[in-house]
This record gives sequence, C-alpha cells and structure tokens, in this order.
Amino acid sequence: MKAYKVIVLAKQVPDTRNVGKDAMKADGTINRAALPAIFNPEDLNALEQALRIKENFPGTTVTILTMGPGRAAEIIREGMFRGADDGILLTDRAFAGSDTLATSYAISQALKKVKDFDIIIAGRQAIDGDTAQVGPQVAEKLGIPQVTYVEEVQKIENGKVFLKRRLERGVEQVSCPIPMVMTVNSSAPDCRARNAKLIMKYKHAKTVTELQNSNEDYLHLYNDRPYLNISEWSVGDIEVDHAELGLSGSPTKVKTVENVVLQAKDAKVISALDNEIDDLMRELIENHTIG
Amino acid sequence: MANFYTDNNELRFQLNHPLMEKIVRLKERNFTEKGKFDFAPMDHEDAMDNFDKVLEVVGEICGDIIAPNAESIDAEGPQVVDSHVVYARGTSENIEALNKAGLMGMSLPRQYGGLNFPIVPYIMAADIVSRADAGFVNIWGLQDCAETINEYASPEQKEKYLTRVCQGDTMAMDLTEPDAGSDLQAVQLKATFDEKSGKWILNGVKRFITNGDGHISLVLARSEPGTKDGRGLSMFIYDKNDGGVTVRRIEHKMGIIGSPTCELVFKDAPAELVGSRKMGLIKYVMALMNGARLGIAAQSVGVSEAAYREALAYAKERMQFGKAIMRFPAVYEMLATMKAKLDASRTLLYETARFVDMYKTYMHISEERKLEKEERDEMKKYQKLADFFTPLGKGISSEFCNQLAYDAVQIHGGSGFMKDYPVERIYRDARITSIYEGTTQLQVVAAIRGVTTGAYLDQIRVYEAEKLSPELEHSRRQLIILTDEYEHAVNKVVAVDDNEFVDFHARRLVEMAGYIIMSYLLLLDSNRDAIFLKSAKNFLRLAKAQVRAHSEFIRTSDLSDLGTYKYEME
Repeated sequence: MKAYKVIVLAKQVPDTRNVGKDAMKADGTINRAALPAIFNPEDLNALEQALRIKENFPGTTVTILTMGPGRAAEIIREGMFRGADDGILLTDRAFAGSDTLATSYAISQALKKVKDFDIIIAGRQAIDGDTAQVGPQVAEKLGIPQVTYVEEVQKIENGKVFLKRRLERGVEQVSCPIPMVMTVNSSAPDCRARNAKLIMKYKHAKTVTELQNSNEDYLHLYNDRPYLNISEWSVGDIEVDHAELGLSGSPTKVKTVENVVLQAKDAKVISALDNEIDDLMRELIENHTIG
Repeated sequence: MANFYTDNNELRFQLNHPLMEKIVRLKERNFTEKGKFDFAPMDHEDAMDNFDKVLEVVGEICGDIIAPNAESIDAEGPQVVDSHVVYARGTSENIEALNKAGLMGMSLPRQYGGLNFPIVPYIMAADIVSRADAGFVNIWGLQDCAETINEYASPEQKEKYLTRVCQGDTMAMDLTEPDAGSDLQAVQLKATFDEKSGKWILNGVKRFITNGDGHISLVLARSEPGTKDGRGLSMFIYDKNDGGVTVRRIEHKMGIIGSPTCELVFKDAPAELVGSRKMGLIKYVMALMNGARLGIAAQSVGVSEAAYREALAYAKERMQFGKAIMRFPAVYEMLATMKAKLDASRTLLYETARFVDMYKTYMHISEERKLEKEERDEMKKYQKLADFFTPLGKGISSEFCNQLAYDAVQIHGGSGFMKDYPVERIYRDARITSIYEGTTQLQVVAAIRGVTTGAYLDQIRVYEAEKLSPELEHSRRQLIILTDEYEHAVNKVVAVDDNEFVDFHARRLVEMAGYIIMSYLLLLDSNRDAIFLKSAKNFLRLAKAQVRAHSEFIRTSDLSDLGTYKYEME
C-alpha cells in the first residue's frame, strides 16, 4: 500500500469566538494580547483528515506548515500532540504585513522547498481574516489542482483522491489527481483530542529560536531525539523575490476600520400564515441573513 | 469549550501535594525509564507537568464530549442485541475519544503500553469523568481491574491482557450472583478443569455485572467442588474473544443508565486461572474491591462536584421576590454546606489515593528487589492507612454525594423535579454510590476495626501534630476537644464488651472519626491555600454538631436499649 506525504497548512489565530470588550484597540485593530492564540478551527478539521489518511495508509507522514511569529510553533506542537509527525515554522520579519497573496506566495515557495508532497490540506478559512483565499492561491502558484469545501476524504486510489464536498445545496463527490490541494470545511469531523503519550513525547519539541530563548533543562535531548527539533525557516531558507513578500507584496490595503455595533432598532410582527412566513423567508434570504 | 480540569483549582491543589514528590520518585524508580521510553519523564517536575497536561486533555474531552453526551445516553441507554450489549451512541463516542487520547491503562506499566501514572492522577481523571457522566465512568473506570491482573497474574497473562487494556479493551469484574451479593462466599458459578484441553471451563450465572459484556472479565468461581465457603473460590480471566458467555438481559435501573448492568450466562466458557487456586475471594477480590471502592469514592466526589455546580448556577440565576435565590440564608447555607462536604470528600479521597500509591508502589518494588527495613515499615504503615481510609472514604463520600444531589434538586425547586435540568439525572445517578461495591453499612463493617484498634485515632494524632499557621490554631484546639469526645465514645462502646453493641454503634463511631479526619485535612489544606478556608470553617462547625450528636446518642445508650430496635422473625 502506498504511503503519502501530507502537508497541513495551519495558522495560529486570535480566538475571535470568545471576544471580550477589550478585544479591539482604540484604532480598530485587534488587541492580540487580550485574545488567546489558538489553532485555527478549520485547520484542525484539515489535520483530522490528514491523520485519517495516515491511519489508512501506514507510512504516511503528516507535516504541519505554518507561517507566523515565533510563538506560532505552539500550533505545530499542538499538531504533534494529535498525531502529526513534524512541522515547519516559516517565520521572518520580511513576512510581516502579508495579505493573502503574499502569504500564499511565501507558503508556496516553502512547499517548493519541501518538494515531493502528495496532498496539501488546509482549512477553508481562518477565523481572523475569513478570506478563504490562501489555500486556492497556493494551488494556483504551485500549478496543481485544488478541491475546496471538502468534508471527507473517501478514498485514495490509482493516484487519485476521492472527496466529498459540502456545498450550499447539497454534497458533491469528486476525484482529483495527486499532487493536489484541498481545503476542508468545519462540517468535516472534529479533530481528535491530544494523545497522552504524544504529549509526553513531543512536549519538549522546540524551534531553534525557542531553544535559544529558553532555560531548557534537557539540552542533550535535542541531539538524542531529532524529532524534538521543529524546523524553522526564515526568508533566507526559501527562494523568493523580496518584492512579493510582506507589505510590499500585498496589494490589499486597509483603508479604514470602523466599529459596528449591531442593534435591533425596530421589530416586525408576522402571523403564522403561510404567505407571511414565505415573505419573511424571502426577505431574509435576499438580505443575506440566511442562506 | 469547557475544561473540567482547568476550571477546578481544587484538583491542581491536590495534585501538587508534598507527598507526590516521593510517590513519583518511587513510581518512576528514580526516573530510570527515561532512556527506554520516549514519553517517560526526566525528573519530578517533568512527571508533574505530564500529569497536568494529560489531565487537561481529560478535562477537555469531558467538557466537550462526555458531559454533552450524558443526557442522550441517559435517554437512550444500552441494549441487548443477539445476546450482546450495544452501547448508546454517545457511550461509543466517549470510548473512542478516550481511546484515541490514549487514556486507557493510565496506571499500568509502560512496557504494556500504559502511562505508568500513580493512582493519584488516575483517580483525578476518574473524579473528572464522573462529574461529566457518572454512568460512563463505570465503563472507563473498570480499567482499574487491570491492576489486579498486574499484581497477581502470570507474566504471559500480563503481556496478553494488559497490552489489550492499554489499547482500549474494556473490562468487567464478575462477582455477584443471584444468591451471592454482599455475601460473596456463596458464589456458585462452577469452574472445572478440563484435563484434555488443559483449560478451565466456567458454567453458571452472574448477575448485576457492570459492563458484563466487556472484552476482558475477571470472574470469581467455585473451583473446588463440594466446598461451601470462600476458601473454595478462585479468580479467572474470561476473554470475550473465546466466546461462551451471553448476556441474558440488562437491568432497567434508576440511574447510571448508560452503564450496562448485565445478567450473564456462562456455558462452557473457557477461562484462565489467575494466581493461586482458592485465593479468589480471600486475596484477589479484596484487592479488586479496594481498588473499586476508591473508584466509587472518586465517582462520589465527581457527582458531588456536578451537583454543587448545577445548584450554584441555578441559585445565581433564579430570581424570586426580586432577588437571586442564593441571597436567601436558607439557600446560601445549603450551598456553602454542599461545598464544604464536597471539599471534605475530595481531600479525603486524595489522602487515601496517596496512601494507596505509597503502599502499592512499595509492593511492586518488593517484587524487583528486597526492601530495606525502613521501606518495609513504610509500606506496612501505608497499607494499613489505605485499608482503613478506603472504606471510610467510600462510605462517607457516597453518603455526602447523595446529600448533595438531594440538596441540588431542592435548590432547583419544582424545576429540579423535571427532566429539563441535569440535576434530575444527577440525583438518580448519585443513588447507587452508597450501595454498590459494598453498601455504606458494609463499609462501616470494614472501617470499624480502624476505630476499635485505634488506627484512626493514631492518624488523627499525626494530623494534630502538624504545623499550622497561628490563625488556624483555634480550629485545632476545637478538634482536640472533639477528638476527646470521640475517644470517650469509643471507650464506652468497647467497655460494654459485646459485639452486637459495637455493631449497633459502629456507623456512629466511624462517622465521628471521619468528621474529625476530614476537618483536619481541610485545615491542613487551608494552611497551604486559603481557598479552602471557608470550607474548613463550615465543615468544622458541621463536624462539631455531628460528632456531639453521635456522642450524646452513645452516652445515653445501653445494651438493653437494643431491644427497642429489634424485630422478632416470625
């Protein structure tokens, strides 16, 4: 049975699901200090699909690739605790301020360095930006096919993955040749919990920078146990055109940010008559409240 | 998104007890496995950090999966299909989540795939799971039957069965029969040795077997034909893969509905003998029961925690006469007393778990090398303490658990009587804790020797001599006075020199010892962390009232009074 090299694209995000009153700064940007940093939820759905492939195809490896500040190594460890084999942290000041285009450029260049991957799995979108663009852009830049809104990897056969997509009005079953990129929906199964033995095995895993900044008691471990070294790549480790990185590579500019406080101002009473309910449904669909 | 470990500071406090340093060092044999297993701890801090991180996973699974599943499991229950048990959907989900997280075989040695955790963090996991779903903890918690295999089975049996437990096989202990409940000496299930196949064959019926259709069962059976008492009983392992046991029915119960309670029919079921013949009841069941009783104490504490939290949340939110009901003295007293009983049960639970850890770890070490005299003495000391504290803790915590569940429903008023609120289920689930693995009355039978031999008193004196901060001195003095009253009561009962008189007052005496011990433990906890101060004070007040009530009852009691209680059998 064939084994696959699976890469999971993951992002550490502020937990926007638990927003308190000091979540935003006065200038309208996110107060990252007030929000816990978490593994982007749909990237966990993506990781679960990767781990299922690993279970079904022994020898398969799962690597977490993330771009972010140094502390984003936390989500690589999180991934290892759940069953990922290793991780790569792409971190450099040169990446700061990247929009989706610059991000997908940097990630795709890193993937070119990884080489010989079979399946790249990402969450549909991150809960901070909600763009759902990075996965598809990575596929474009690598020139490989992509399948979005995936809910389940059904099988892998003869160099093709068979996938179930969850769409607005139903499901669709598609197949796609490998190598490929897929993005996974939150309707896919939740990621398994962290595993006790894997936590104990990988909890000391660190990037070089983390190791330099810590009072690590067990330095010898990093020679004896190579899997404890999380790869850390800076801009110098990948082949890039600097103009396409960070702020300069990001055509998206934030013009203004405003605080919107949602308030119910007027109420509308409808009766239980069929036509009134129909009208309400039509109105809600038209103004995109539902559907 | 709830985490049942991190939202409960009392747990981390118990985990970080000073005695853990020694327990962990012994359990890890001075951290000698670090070169052999990639998940073995480097040192004490590393091990403690492991417990903390793994318990965080337990707390997360309980908050996110097990607690939300409890209601549907209670409604759905398990079924018998083709003579075997099919769990409720939620039960299977819970099992899968815990298995994938590697939380089976937590206390078993690493060589079999276990985590080699001491009893303390394992019991803490049981405490947490019980809060999430009291019925489910029975299935998951039966992994502690594996301890008995680890202690007494052959190396081949350990290799075969412990490995499977660590991979997620569930267990059962098949003791009770229709005519052998509290009195296990009457067990009749027949074990015959088949010379041809060289195997033991089991025939007969077992009843009230929790998770009776589990993968691996420990079965108490009569291996010596013609015998009538406990000396004719041996312990066997039945492997479900071999077949021969069917589930005739599962009981329709008041509570813990998700936990299948089975009537089993053994028909030429092959089985393996554990340890020595004839030692089944005398030695192995005792070991099983002590483990199981500690487990029920943990279950009682977890259910108490759930009851307290539900009551507190409701009392904060329910408005009557223009204010939250928790503002009324009648309600806040109930809540504070519930919390005091909860904290008292929990501190006694972990004190007992530490005693068990100390003596069991020495026991395992003694199989590897000869113990030094000091170590042997320590083992004996902790074994005695574990033996006396286990029934005390199980007995009192399970009664408290029932009281908390009762009060939690009471605080909910009419709503608590409806199925709309979790307290209705908690109330039904709590009821079994003071019945199974030995009723409270039988825990008293096991504990009374701790009273008459002075074992509890000795330990009370140890607590009495502990260092306390000056503001706790007053409480200590009060406890010294209470201890005197306890001593007087014991002396009076013993002086009558009549076993029936001792039996008659046994529960009162055991409770008096329990109240004093728990008061001291809360006092010592307060000395380490002020979060226990309120409970320590409230519990001491309760203890004084209870000890004095019992003391007064005993003071005015006479052997001849028993007649007014006795019934004539027609």
